[in-house]
Amino acid sequence: MITIDKVSKHYGNFQVLTDCSTHVNKGEVVVVCGPSGSGKSTLIKCVNGLEPFQDGQIHVNGTSVGSPKTNLSKLRSHVGMVFQHFELFPHMTIRDNLTLAQVKVLKRDKDEAAEKGLYFLDRVGLKAHAHKFPGQLSGGQQQRVAIARALAMDPICMLFDEPTSALDPEMINEVLDVMTELAQEGMTMMCVTHEMGFAKRVAHRVIFMDHGRIVEDDSKEAFFANPRSERAQQFLAKILQH
Amino acid sequence: MFGSYEFDWSSIPGSLNFLGQGLLVSLEITALAIVAGIVWGTLLAMARLSSIKPLAWAAAGYVNLFRAIPLVMVLLWFFLIVPKFLESFLGLPPGSDVRLASAMIGFALFESAYYAEIIRAGIQSVPKGQLAAAHALGMSYPQAMLHVVLPQAFRNMVPLLLTQAIILFQDTSLVYVSALADFFGAAYKVGDRDGRLVELVLFAGAVYFVLCFAASQGVRHFQRRLQRA
Repeated sequence: MITIDKVSKHYGNFQVLTDCSTHVNKGEVVVVCGPSGSGKSTLIKCVNGLEPFQDGQIHVNGTSVGSPKTNLSKLRSHVGMVFQHFELFPHMTIRDNLTLAQVKVLKRDKDEAAEKGLYFLDRVGLKAHAHKFPGQLSGGQQQRVAIARALAMDPICMLFDEPTSALDPEMINEVLDVMTELAQEGMTMMCVTHEMGFAKRVAHRVIFMDHGRIVEDDSKEAFFANPRSERAQQFLAKILQH
Repeated sequence: MFGSYEFDWSSIPGSLNFLGQGLLVSLEITALAIVAGIVWGTLLAMARLSSIKPLAWAAAGYVNLFRAIPLVMVLLWFFLIVPKFLESFLGLPPGSDVRLASAMIGFALFESAYYAEIIRAGIQSVPKGQLAAAHALGMSYPQAMLHVVLPQAFRNMVPLLLTQAIILFQDTSLVYVSALADFFGAAYKVGDRDGRLVELVLFAGAVYFVLCFAASQGVRHFQRRLQRA
């Protein structure tokens, strides 16, 4: 579904990603972790072309992301993305947040889009809030709406960029629960997250990044039982102490 | 000096009709300059923020040029040049009265440089993640700007845009250089005719003050309501 092949990226002289290669199969859940500044967010943003990269290739469902011939808007319209800071549109109601891209990008008619949006809003448990504005919801609720907004586009895969990092601790689980349910339904997912409990429960594979390189790329069992690199061992020791 | 001056306001009541027409001209120029300034200013702001370098440079050059020249000179140039241009371009007979059109064009081009800077700041006040989120949903750049970024930018800059509109209304008095009977021009003409310049200019000043002060109070009230919302 997603193949990343020798991707490198630099800002001027600063190398952000070096020779990153991995893949995500259909129905697979891959968690990307690593210390901050390791390039994991940059890597996931390269997958839908939000961040350009200089070398290597990324293919999503056979379409080359880096090729100038690719219609990036079309590609992005069926790759869902959830951001650290939710990025709901604050000047629109929840209902309009859910329908805007369906109507403008997928050219669905308004009623169909509203119905679809409300269906997914119901699935994340927030149907009663359709008429509200994002500012009236808690962080956890906003992030669930953001997930519903992405799902309403009928994505072939979902990218999560630290979806729980900006949340108060008591709201993290409501978001992780939605993500877990999604994974269990067979959604192809690539998640940048520090939630190792989620990774243990849900992930098939774990990628560990450090200084712009993919240091480990292994099954979750192998990663947690016996991380090969010293850097990953240190990271796990620190993060699992909590 | 004022000790021996006898004020005589008697020429005002009979001229109210003429003065009212002048006020209408001032408001017309203001309204057109606001609309044109916002439309052209938005395009300039987007060009200036564009990653296409020549476009950004051209917009920056335009904005810096107009912001570094006194308005009265711009109006004078347009008064001298635009009528000639319109005559040859539209095939108008020489001597047609295009003073209003040239004043409006001069104003719109000048004010849009100021609006462009306000709107640029407004666009930059919208978090970058909003554009990224719109892109991630498959929206094109124009769609993302139109539906996501600009509505938020304009909401953030409503008070500034209104304040600029009040300044603009005051600035319209400078069209007197083209001998156009805007409000100030009309007052000046009446005063000149009746030898009562002091009274008429004082009267005009009072009218500008009342209108602009009322409008700025309105903006403050509106701003407080926005902050509460």
